[in-house]
Amino acid sequence: MNFDLSEEQMDIRSAVREFCASELTKEATARYSPAEEHPWELSSRAAKLGFIGIHFPEEYGGQGYGYLENAIVAEEMTRANPELGITLTFSDFGTELILKYGTEEQKERYVPRIASGEGLSAAAFTEPSGGSDISKCLGTVALSDGDDFVVNGTKTFITNANISDFIIILSQTTPGAQPPYRGQSMIILENGTPGVEATKLKGKLGIKPSQTCEVAFSDARVPRANLLGELDRGFYHTLEFLNESRIEIAAQGVGIAQGALDRALDYAKERSLFGRPLAELQAVSHKLADMAIKVEAARLLTYKAAWLADEGRADPMVSSMAKTYAARAGVEVTDEASQIFGGYYFLEDYDIEMFYRHAKIIEIYEGTKEVQKNNIARCLLRR
Amino acid sequence: MEFKLTEEQRDIQDAVAEFCVGHFAPELARRCDREEEFPRDLHRRAAGLGLIGIHLPEEYGGQGLGCTENAIVAETMCRYDSTLGTALILSDLGCELIARLGTDEQKGSFLQGVASGESVSAVAFTEPARGSALSERLDTVAHRRGGGWLISGRKTLITNAPIAGLFVTLCQTDPDARPAYRGQSLFIVEDDASGVEVTELRDKMGIRASPLGELSMDEVPLPEGGILGDVNRGFYQTLDFFNQSRVEIAAQALGISQGALDRALSYAKEREVGGVRASDLQAVSHKLADMAIKVEAARLLTYKAAWLIDQGRADPRQSSMAKTLAGRTAVEVTDEAVQILGGYGYLGDYDVERMYRDAKITEIYEGTREIQKNTVARFLIRG
Repeated sequence: MNFDLSEEQMDIRSAVREFCASELTKEATARYSPAEEHPWELSSRAAKLGFIGIHFPEEYGGQGYGYLENAIVAEEMTRANPELGITLTFSDFGTELILKYGTEEQKERYVPRIASGEGLSAAAFTEPSGGSDISKCLGTVALSDGDDFVVNGTKTFITNANISDFIIILSQTTPGAQPPYRGQSMIILENGTPGVEATKLKGKLGIKPSQTCEVAFSDARVPRANLLGELDRGFYHTLEFLNESRIEIAAQGVGIAQGALDRALDYAKERSLFGRPLAELQAVSHKLADMAIKVEAARLLTYKAAWLADEGRADPMVSSMAKTYAARAGVEVTDEASQIFGGYYFLEDYDIEMFYRHAKIIEIYEGTKEVQKNNIARCLLRR
Repeated sequence: MEFKLTEEQRDIQDAVAEFCVGHFAPELARRCDREEEFPRDLHRRAAGLGLIGIHLPEEYGGQGLGCTENAIVAETMCRYDSTLGTALILSDLGCELIARLGTDEQKGSFLQGVASGESVSAVAFTEPARGSALSERLDTVAHRRGGGWLISGRKTLITNAPIAGLFVTLCQTDPDARPAYRGQSLFIVEDDASGVEVTELRDKMGIRASPLGELSMDEVPLPEGGILGDVNRGFYQTLDFFNQSRVEIAAQALGISQGALDRALSYAKEREVGGVRASDLQAVSHKLADMAIKVEAARLLTYKAAWLIDQGRADPRQSSMAKTLAGRTAVEVTDEAVQILGGYGYLGDYDVERMYRDAKITEIYEGTREIQKNTVARFLIRG
């Protein structure tokens, strides 16, 4: 066993910290959040520094690092600023699918622009009738027509879809397949494809600069060459992808929890009550201890999941454990941090309210905590 | 980072598991629990295989292995049986202090006997008036007398007292020291010294195969060489010891948790409720998932704390975090295990009720969880 980060990993961490301190500022939040605008300047700067797609191979513009380094980036960004941090970490969402299952041509065509920050990616699984159950017969259907697929249906809660270079969709290619998930495939739809319409969903609780859309497909025609991975294996590809992508989400949870702890600790050391620092009251100091324990456990689970993925042994149970625990830690730690701040937490001037608002989504997207527990239980029972 | 055991560590785990499967008979465990009896034969057999004091130096009968290996032994034994496992792993209590601070003569006279299973050791810190607050002036006093020492006082809640051959005892050597803890020293008191009287304390809730007692000392004469370590440094040496011993307790709690999860899982797979397997009910499967997440988190914290000690970087904060999380996990997971077994869980034949009783002590001894949180908070606030 070895619980230390390598020197290189620590260097990456300090570099991300430095970037966050100068770029992910309150002013930046004020600029992009109310307007619900993607922070292009920030995402392209982060990409230039190698923080977007750090885990992509160098030949496609990445840094050739692994899931662990990617988790470190996500953790540091969300620790500094959950709203902008999450938005930036999602710049390359779903691109891993192309790296895992794409043809050489697809990789060369799509990946470098994402790694360079010129473009964003999107992946669409959820439909209006439900997100957690993608094993059913999907409403988004892609039927063969000559050399093309013709896509019809609607996807919702899709990050970046209105401004991305492309959207990877999970669609029903064989509607009569039994079970239905054996008839699902992934298809890449490029921006500007006629018949694709993305509508931005506004008024979210948090991550406002991150674009969330409903995407409607009406007779959208794409060449067969845009099939990603194997025909009718899309469901399996998706599950494999999620095992790995959940690690980044877990890292967001760790970052949010750690950031809230940092702030609560600083506040408790400075604020006085009954003539001594808040941090010296046992009720407060024990809260801080509990928070620190949760953060540490969440971090270790997340790093373990990432390490396994980097060893080529991504473990669905460990990934789901990391995501479930880290997300819960985020919700609980931001809650307690708010409690320590008292009335001040309610004010935007203290960014602790931002941490509180952003923690909850981690328990919802990329599979709710209930879906994660189903997963974990299934793995346990199989053993 | 690396999240896997070495081959040697896996071999140790397998060897301990094999020993437990072969020798931890349920009838024996239930009898020792019922009669409050120490499993002497089992203890000798374990020692014969080198499983007691695995982390003590080889020249004194140990295996010369580390804190991590010791944690693996503790976890595995307690996983197979919380009562018998606990009795065995606690049989060398305090020997780490002798190994670290003792003269060659002290090591020679005491460690060999414990590692070989001929003798059992104990640590005596707690007094009737104070358990958690060792930093106060102790009522157990050691005076210089001639070329040696004379010890008087009473220590209570001492694990192994009724069967121990030696007690590593913390005494006040300088009653006027300010602060008081700068006047404390450790001594090795043998059970047959004149003036030593041991009274057994019975009717414990759990870990009933580990005898408990009170040690009273009335002018017990010790030679100059009876002191362990440096005069007036006993408090600091005790705190150092806790860094390590708390990891063993964390490992004990971890093992109890894993054992409860194992039992709940196999029961839920077999038991039918309303025509379905209990494990197919989501309320049950999500409990199992929650238990598994907690166990994994506790394991990572415990191993990290152990690993740091083996690296020569013992970290009080990490040890306290590990003990707190693992102790809580043991209490929560055994609780849910009893819940899953329902009425049967309440019966002795199914053993989880015993695990439920055995779990609680891990949140109390070697520093209550409140003391652990004080420690964690102190290090957090200090930064």
